[in-house]
Amino acid sequence: MNSDSNPVFALALTFATMSLFAVGGANSAIPEMHRVAVDVNHWLTDKQFTDVYAIAQLSPGPNVLIVTLIGYSVAGLLGALVATLAMCVPTALLALTVSRFLTRSSQSRWPAIIQKALVPLSIGLMGASGFILARTSDQTVVAVLLTIGAAVLASVTKLNPLWMLIAGGCLGFAGLIG
Amino acid sequence: MPPDSSSAAAPAPDLSQSPPGLLTLFVAFAKMSLAGFGGVLVWARRGIVDQHKWMTADEFNETFALCHFLPGPNIVNLTFVFGSRLRGLPGAIAAFSGLVGPPALIMVVMGMLYHRYGEIDALRRILSGVACAAIGLMLAVVFRMMTPLFKRREVIALLIMAAVFIAIGILRLPLPAVLLAAIPISIAITYATRKEAA
Repeated sequence: MNSDSNPVFALALTFATMSLFAVGGANSAIPEMHRVAVDVNHWLTDKQFTDVYAIAQLSPGPNVLIVTLIGYSVAGLLGALVATLAMCVPTALLALTVSRFLTRSSQSRWPAIIQKALVPLSIGLMGASGFILARTSDQTVVAVLLTIGAAVLASVTKLNPLWMLIAGGCLGFAGLIG
Repeated sequence: MPPDSSSAAAPAPDLSQSPPGLLTLFVAFAKMSLAGFGGVLVWARRGIVDQHKWMTADEFNETFALCHFLPGPNIVNLTFVFGSRLRGLPGAIAAFSGLVGPPALIMVVMGMLYHRYGEIDALRRILSGVACAAIGLMLAVVFRMMTPLFKRREVIALLIMAAVFIAIGILRLPLPAVLLAAIPISIAITYATRKEAA
Protein backbone atom coordinates (compact mmCIF):
# COMPACT_ATOMS: atom_id res chain seq x y z
CA MET A 1 0.00 0.00 0.00
CA ASN A 2 1.14 3.51 -0.64
CA SER A 3 1.13 6.47 1.68
CA ASP A 4 -2.15 7.73 0.27
CA SER A 5 -4.68 7.68 3.09
CA ASN A 6 -7.55 6.58 0.87
CA PRO A 7 -6.61 4.03 -1.81
CA VAL A 8 -10.21 3.73 -3.02
CA PHE A 9 -10.30 7.41 -3.89
CA ALA A 10 -6.92 7.06 -5.59
CA LEU A 11 -8.27 4.14 -7.64
CA ALA A 12 -11.33 6.12 -8.72
CA LEU A 13 -9.33 9.15 -9.77
CA THR A 14 -6.61 7.10 -11.46
CA PHE A 15 -8.87 4.96 -13.60
CA ALA A 16 -11.42 7.65 -14.41
CA THR A 17 -8.60 9.83 -15.75
CA MET A 18 -6.91 6.94 -17.50
CA SER A 19 -10.05 5.81 -19.30
CA LEU A 20 -10.34 9.19 -21.03
CA PHE A 21 -6.85 8.64 -22.47
CA ALA A 22 -7.33 4.97 -23.37
CA VAL A 23 -7.09 5.48 -27.11
CA GLY A 24 -7.84 2.21 -28.91
CA GLY A 25 -9.22 0.37 -25.90
CA ALA A 26 -8.12 -1.18 -22.65
CA ASN A 27 -4.99 -2.91 -23.95
CA SER A 28 -3.56 0.46 -24.98
CA ALA A 29 -3.78 1.63 -21.38
CA ILE A 30 -1.70 -1.22 -19.96
CA PRO A 31 1.59 0.76 -19.92
CA GLU A 32 -0.18 3.51 -17.97
CA MET A 33 -1.75 0.96 -15.60
CA HIS A 34 1.71 -0.52 -15.04
CA ARG A 35 3.26 2.91 -14.49
CA VAL A 36 0.60 3.92 -11.97
CA ALA A 37 0.13 0.58 -10.18
CA VAL A 38 3.76 -0.62 -10.08
CA ASP A 39 6.08 2.39 -10.46
CA VAL A 40 4.15 5.24 -8.86
CA ASN A 41 1.90 3.73 -6.17
CA HIS A 42 3.63 0.36 -5.57
CA TRP A 43 0.23 -1.34 -5.43
CA LEU A 44 1.65 -4.40 -7.21
CA THR A 45 5.07 -5.84 -7.99
CA ASP A 46 6.20 -6.39 -11.58
CA LYS A 47 5.51 -10.12 -11.26
CA GLN A 48 2.06 -9.54 -9.73
CA PHE A 49 1.20 -7.19 -12.58
CA THR A 50 2.02 -9.76 -15.27
CA ASP A 51 0.16 -12.41 -13.21
CA VAL A 52 -2.89 -10.16 -13.10
CA TYR A 53 -2.63 -9.65 -16.86
CA ALA A 54 -2.42 -13.43 -17.39
CA ILE A 55 -5.46 -14.06 -15.15
CA ALA A 56 -7.47 -11.39 -16.99
CA GLN A 57 -6.63 -13.01 -20.32
CA LEU A 58 -7.63 -16.44 -19.02
CA SER A 59 -11.03 -15.17 -17.88
CA PRO A 60 -14.05 -14.36 -20.05
CA GLY A 61 -15.34 -10.85 -20.56
CA PRO A 62 -14.01 -7.57 -21.88
CA ASN A 63 -10.25 -6.91 -21.64
CA VAL A 64 -10.91 -3.88 -19.46
CA LEU A 65 -11.63 -6.16 -16.49
CA ILE A 66 -7.92 -6.26 -15.68
CA VAL A 67 -8.75 -3.10 -13.69
CA THR A 68 -11.19 -5.16 -11.58
CA LEU A 69 -8.28 -7.33 -10.51
CA ILE A 70 -6.00 -4.37 -9.87
CA GLY A 71 -8.74 -2.72 -7.82
CA TYR A 72 -9.30 -5.93 -5.86
CA SER A 73 -5.58 -6.22 -5.11
CA VAL A 74 -5.50 -2.66 -3.80
CA ALA A 75 -8.69 -2.41 -1.78
CA GLY A 76 -10.67 -5.66 -1.86
CA LEU A 77 -14.27 -5.83 -3.11
CA LEU A 78 -14.86 -2.09 -2.90
CA GLY A 79 -11.66 -1.48 -4.80
CA ALA A 80 -12.74 -3.90 -7.53
CA LEU A 81 -16.11 -2.18 -7.88
CA VAL A 82 -14.73 1.35 -7.85
CA ALA A 83 -11.91 0.63 -10.31
CA THR A 84 -14.28 -1.10 -12.75
CA LEU A 85 -16.87 1.67 -12.68
CA ALA A 86 -14.24 4.41 -12.85
CA MET A 87 -12.70 2.85 -15.95
CA CYS A 88 -16.04 2.25 -17.71
CA VAL A 89 -18.61 4.88 -16.82
CA PRO A 90 -16.99 8.23 -17.80
CA THR A 91 -16.12 7.12 -21.34
CA ALA A 92 -19.45 5.30 -21.72
CA LEU A 93 -21.28 8.54 -20.89
CA LEU A 94 -19.01 10.39 -23.32
CA ALA A 95 -19.81 7.84 -26.04
CA LEU A 96 -23.52 8.20 -25.29
CA THR A 97 -23.34 12.00 -25.58
CA VAL A 98 -21.30 11.96 -28.79
CA SER A 99 -23.51 9.30 -30.39
CA ARG A 100 -26.53 11.56 -29.91
CA PHE A 101 -24.83 14.42 -31.76
CA LEU A 102 -23.20 12.34 -34.46
CA THR A 103 -26.12 10.80 -36.25
CA ARG A 104 -25.76 9.15 -39.62
CA SER A 105 -27.05 12.26 -41.37
CA SER A 106 -24.00 14.27 -40.35
CA GLN A 107 -21.60 14.10 -43.27
CA SER A 108 -18.65 15.46 -41.31
CA ARG A 109 -15.38 13.83 -42.28
CA TRP A 110 -13.75 14.68 -38.97
CA PRO A 111 -14.64 11.38 -37.28
CA ALA A 112 -12.90 9.51 -40.11
CA ILE A 113 -9.83 11.78 -39.93
CA ILE A 114 -9.57 11.49 -36.15
CA GLN A 115 -10.02 7.74 -36.31
CA LYS A 116 -7.27 7.42 -38.92
CA ALA A 117 -4.98 9.68 -36.89
CA LEU A 118 -5.46 7.55 -33.78
CA VAL A 119 -4.47 4.27 -35.46
CA PRO A 120 -0.67 4.74 -35.21
CA LEU A 121 -1.08 5.92 -31.61
CA SER A 122 -2.98 2.84 -30.52
CA ILE A 123 -0.52 0.53 -32.31
CA GLY A 124 2.40 2.25 -30.57
CA LEU A 125 0.61 1.95 -27.21
CA MET A 126 -0.18 -1.73 -27.66
CA GLY A 127 3.39 -2.39 -28.75
CA ALA A 128 4.54 -0.67 -25.57
CA SER A 129 2.11 -2.86 -23.58
CA GLY A 130 3.68 -6.00 -25.02
CA PHE A 131 7.18 -4.66 -24.41
CA ILE A 132 6.55 -3.72 -20.78
CA LEU A 133 4.93 -7.06 -19.95
CA ALA A 134 7.64 -9.00 -21.83
CA ARG A 135 10.41 -7.29 -19.84
CA THR A 136 9.11 -9.08 -16.73
CA SER A 137 7.84 -12.31 -18.27
CA ASP A 138 10.27 -13.22 -21.01
CA GLN A 139 13.39 -13.85 -18.95
CA THR A 140 14.42 -17.16 -20.51
CA VAL A 141 14.99 -18.38 -24.06
CA VAL A 142 12.03 -20.78 -23.84
CA ALA A 143 9.78 -17.94 -22.61
CA VAL A 144 10.79 -15.76 -25.57
CA LEU A 145 10.21 -18.66 -27.96
CA LEU A 146 6.76 -19.22 -26.43
CA THR A 147 5.85 -15.55 -26.92
CA ILE A 148 7.11 -15.58 -30.52
CA GLY A 149 5.37 -18.90 -31.19
CA ALA A 150 2.04 -17.61 -29.89
CA ALA A 151 2.44 -14.41 -31.95
CA VAL A 152 3.14 -16.38 -35.13
CA LEU A 153 0.35 -18.93 -34.54
CA ALA A 154 -2.16 -16.17 -33.83
CA SER A 155 -1.06 -14.33 -36.98
CA VAL A 156 -1.20 -17.21 -39.45
CA THR A 157 -3.96 -19.47 -38.04
CA LYS A 158 -7.52 -19.07 -36.82
CA LEU A 159 -6.76 -21.16 -33.73
CA ASN A 160 -8.75 -20.11 -30.66
CA PRO A 161 -6.36 -17.98 -28.54
CA LEU A 162 -7.48 -19.83 -25.43
CA TRP A 163 -5.57 -22.93 -26.60
CA MET A 164 -2.35 -20.94 -26.80
CA LEU A 165 -2.89 -19.62 -23.27
CA ILE A 166 -3.51 -23.16 -22.03
CA ALA A 167 -0.41 -24.42 -23.87
CA GLY A 168 1.58 -21.62 -22.23
CA GLY A 169 0.20 -22.63 -18.83
CA CYS A 170 1.22 -26.26 -19.44
CA LEU A 171 4.76 -25.27 -20.45
CA GLY A 172 4.94 -23.10 -17.36
CA PHE A 173 3.67 -25.90 -15.13
CA ALA A 174 6.32 -28.21 -16.61
CA GLY A 175 8.89 -25.71 -15.34
CA LEU A 176 10.13 -24.70 -18.79
CA ILE A 177 9.46 -20.96 -18.49
CA GLY A 178 11.42 -20.28 -15.33
CA MET B 1 -34.21 -22.01 -47.58
CA PRO B 2 -33.87 -18.55 -49.04
CA PRO B 3 -33.25 -16.21 -46.12
CA ASP B 4 -34.35 -13.18 -48.12
CA SER B 5 -37.90 -14.35 -48.76
CA SER B 6 -38.44 -15.34 -45.15
CA SER B 7 -37.26 -11.98 -43.87
CA ALA B 8 -39.47 -10.26 -46.46
CA ALA B 9 -42.48 -12.24 -45.29
CA ALA B 10 -41.76 -11.44 -41.66
CA PRO B 11 -40.12 -8.03 -41.55
CA ALA B 12 -37.62 -7.30 -38.82
CA PRO B 13 -39.49 -6.31 -35.66
CA ASP B 14 -39.78 -2.57 -35.21
CA LEU B 15 -37.63 -2.09 -32.14
CA SER B 16 -39.09 1.34 -31.44
CA GLN B 17 -42.47 -0.36 -31.00
CA SER B 18 -41.44 -3.33 -28.88
CA PRO B 19 -37.85 -3.05 -27.69
CA PRO B 20 -36.45 -6.01 -25.75
CA GLY B 21 -36.99 -5.85 -22.00
CA LEU B 22 -34.30 -4.87 -19.53
CA LEU B 23 -33.87 -8.42 -18.30
CA THR B 24 -33.55 -9.67 -21.88
CA LEU B 25 -30.81 -7.10 -22.51
CA PHE B 26 -29.00 -8.06 -19.33
CA VAL B 27 -29.11 -11.79 -20.10
CA ALA B 28 -28.13 -11.34 -23.76
CA PHE B 29 -25.07 -9.23 -22.91
CA ALA B 30 -24.08 -11.52 -20.03
CA LYS B 31 -24.10 -14.47 -22.46
CA MET B 32 -22.00 -12.64 -25.05
CA SER B 33 -19.55 -11.50 -22.40
CA LEU B 34 -19.13 -14.90 -20.76
CA ALA B 35 -18.51 -16.50 -24.17
CA GLY B 36 -15.77 -13.98 -24.94
CA PHE B 37 -12.34 -15.22 -24.02
CA GLY B 38 -9.73 -12.74 -25.23
CA GLY B 39 -12.28 -10.22 -26.47
CA VAL B 40 -16.03 -9.90 -26.66
CA LEU B 41 -16.42 -8.09 -29.99
CA VAL B 42 -16.92 -11.22 -32.10
CA TRP B 43 -19.62 -12.48 -29.76
CA ALA B 44 -21.28 -9.09 -29.52
CA ARG B 45 -21.57 -8.94 -33.30
CA ARG B 46 -22.93 -12.48 -33.40
CA GLY B 47 -25.47 -11.81 -30.64
CA ILE B 48 -26.65 -8.34 -31.68
CA VAL B 49 -26.65 -8.77 -35.47
CA ASP B 50 -27.07 -12.49 -36.21
CA GLN B 51 -28.93 -13.94 -33.27
CA HIS B 52 -31.24 -11.20 -31.97
CA LYS B 53 -31.29 -9.02 -35.12
CA TRP B 54 -31.31 -5.92 -32.96
CA MET B 55 -29.08 -4.11 -35.47
CA THR B 56 -28.13 -4.58 -39.11
CA ALA B 57 -24.46 -5.29 -39.86
CA ASP B 58 -24.04 -1.71 -41.13
CA GLU B 59 -25.57 -0.18 -38.02
CA PHE B 60 -23.31 -2.33 -35.89
CA ASN B 61 -20.21 -1.28 -37.84
CA GLU B 62 -21.13 2.40 -37.62
CA THR B 63 -21.76 2.21 -33.90
CA PHE B 64 -18.55 0.29 -33.35
CA ALA B 65 -16.54 2.78 -35.43
CA LEU B 66 -17.87 5.59 -33.26
CA CYS B 67 -17.03 3.72 -30.07
CA HIS B 68 -13.61 2.83 -31.40
CA PHE B 69 -12.56 6.38 -32.07
CA LEU B 70 -13.69 7.50 -28.65
CA PRO B 71 -11.43 6.70 -25.70
CA GLY B 72 -12.10 3.93 -23.21
CA PRO B 73 -12.97 0.27 -23.46
CA ASN B 74 -14.61 0.02 -26.91
CA ILE B 75 -16.96 -2.84 -26.20
CA VAL B 76 -18.21 -1.15 -23.02
CA ASN B 77 -18.90 2.05 -24.96
CA LEU B 78 -20.70 0.05 -27.64
CA THR B 79 -22.85 -1.76 -25.09
CA PHE B 80 -23.80 1.48 -23.37
CA VAL B 81 -24.70 3.28 -26.61
CA PHE B 82 -26.62 0.27 -27.88
CA GLY B 83 -28.59 -0.24 -24.67
CA SER B 84 -29.59 3.41 -24.56
CA ARG B 85 -30.80 3.34 -28.17
CA LEU B 86 -33.21 0.56 -27.33
CA ARG B 87 -34.40 1.57 -23.88
CA GLY B 88 -32.79 4.82 -22.83
CA LEU B 89 -30.56 5.05 -19.79
CA PRO B 90 -32.13 2.03 -18.02
CA GLY B 91 -31.39 -0.01 -21.15
CA ALA B 92 -27.81 1.21 -21.16
CA ILE B 93 -27.40 0.25 -17.51
CA ALA B 94 -29.02 -3.17 -18.03
CA ALA B 95 -26.80 -4.03 -21.01
CA PHE B 96 -23.69 -2.67 -19.26
CA SER B 97 -24.45 -4.66 -16.09
CA GLY B 98 -24.83 -7.82 -18.16
CA LEU B 99 -21.59 -7.22 -20.02
CA VAL B 100 -19.47 -6.33 -17.00
CA GLY B 101 -21.21 -7.77 -13.91
CA PRO B 102 -20.90 -11.56 -14.30
CA PRO B 103 -17.31 -11.58 -15.66
CA ALA B 104 -16.28 -9.04 -13.01
CA LEU B 105 -17.60 -11.42 -10.35
CA ILE B 106 -15.51 -14.20 -11.89
CA MET B 107 -12.53 -11.83 -11.87
CA VAL B 108 -13.05 -11.11 -8.15
CA VAL B 109 -13.15 -14.84 -7.39
CA MET B 110 -9.94 -15.28 -9.41
CA GLY B 111 -8.44 -12.40 -7.45
CA MET B 112 -9.37 -14.06 -4.15
CA LEU B 113 -7.84 -17.36 -5.28
CA TYR B 114 -4.71 -15.56 -6.47
CA HIS B 115 -4.26 -13.79 -3.16
CA ARG B 116 -4.68 -17.02 -1.23
CA TYR B 117 -2.67 -19.34 -3.47
CA GLY B 118 -0.60 -16.96 -5.61
CA GLU B 119 2.60 -17.82 -3.79
CA ILE B 120 2.31 -21.54 -4.61
CA ASP B 121 5.16 -22.36 -6.92
CA ALA B 122 3.14 -24.39 -9.45
CA LEU B 123 0.61 -21.58 -9.87
CA ARG B 124 3.37 -18.99 -10.29
CA ARG B 125 4.91 -21.13 -13.05
CA ILE B 126 1.56 -21.64 -14.80
CA LEU B 127 0.78 -17.92 -14.75
CA SER B 128 4.25 -17.12 -16.11
CA GLY B 129 3.60 -19.42 -19.05
CA VAL B 130 0.14 -17.98 -19.66
CA ALA B 131 1.56 -14.46 -19.55
CA CYS B 132 4.20 -15.29 -22.18
CA ALA B 133 1.55 -16.69 -24.52
CA ALA B 134 -0.80 -13.75 -23.85
CA ILE B 135 1.96 -11.28 -24.73
CA GLY B 136 2.46 -13.17 -28.00
CA LEU B 137 -1.25 -12.78 -28.76
CA MET B 138 -1.03 -9.05 -28.16
CA LEU B 139 2.01 -8.76 -30.42
CA ALA B 140 0.06 -10.59 -33.13
CA VAL B 141 -2.62 -7.89 -32.95
CA VAL B 142 0.08 -5.20 -33.15
CA PHE B 143 1.59 -6.80 -36.28
CA ARG B 144 -1.83 -7.20 -37.88
CA MET B 145 -2.58 -3.51 -37.31
CA MET B 146 0.88 -2.44 -38.56
CA THR B 147 0.74 -4.40 -41.82
CA PRO B 148 -1.53 -1.95 -43.70
CA LEU B 149 0.70 0.98 -42.68
CA PHE B 150 3.75 -0.81 -44.13
CA LYS B 151 1.88 -1.83 -47.27
CA ARG B 152 0.77 1.73 -47.94
CA ARG B 153 4.26 3.04 -47.04
CA GLU B 154 2.77 5.45 -44.50
CA VAL B 155 6.16 6.59 -43.22
CA ILE B 156 4.82 9.42 -41.08
CA ALA B 157 2.26 7.19 -39.38
CA LEU B 158 4.98 4.62 -38.69
CA LEU B 159 7.21 7.33 -37.22
CA ILE B 160 4.40 8.55 -34.95
CA MET B 161 3.79 4.96 -33.91
CA ALA B 162 7.49 4.48 -33.09
CA ALA B 163 7.61 7.76 -31.16
CA VAL B 164 4.62 6.75 -29.02
CA PHE B 165 6.19 3.34 -28.42
CA ILE B 166 9.46 4.91 -27.23
CA ALA B 167 7.79 7.60 -25.12
CA ILE B 168 5.47 5.14 -23.35
CA GLY B 169 7.31 1.82 -23.49
CA ILE B 170 10.91 2.90 -22.95
CA LEU B 171 10.92 6.41 -21.47
CA ARG B 172 7.81 5.55 -19.38
CA LEU B 173 6.33 9.00 -19.74
CA PRO B 174 2.78 9.55 -18.42
CA LEU B 175 0.07 8.66 -20.94
CA PRO B 176 -1.92 11.94 -20.77
CA ALA B 177 1.18 14.05 -21.48
CA VAL B 178 2.22 11.89 -24.43
CA LEU B 179 -1.25 11.82 -25.95
CA LEU B 180 -1.88 15.54 -25.49
CA ALA B 181 1.20 16.07 -27.67
CA ALA B 182 0.73 13.16 -30.07
CA ILE B 183 -2.99 13.45 -30.85
CA PRO B 184 -2.90 17.03 -32.27
CA ILE B 185 0.26 16.25 -34.25
CA SER B 186 -1.21 13.07 -35.71
CA ILE B 187 -4.52 14.72 -36.56
CA ALA B 188 -2.76 17.68 -38.20
CA ILE B 189 -0.60 15.38 -40.32
CA THR B 190 -3.52 13.15 -41.26
CA TYR B 191 -5.55 16.20 -42.24
CA ALA B 192 -2.72 17.72 -44.28
CA THR B 193 -1.87 14.54 -46.16
CA ARG B 194 -5.55 13.93 -46.81
CA LYS B 195 -5.89 17.36 -48.45
CA GLU B 196 -3.00 16.61 -50.79
CA ALA B 197 -4.56 13.35 -51.87
CA ALA B 198 -7.93 14.92 -52.58
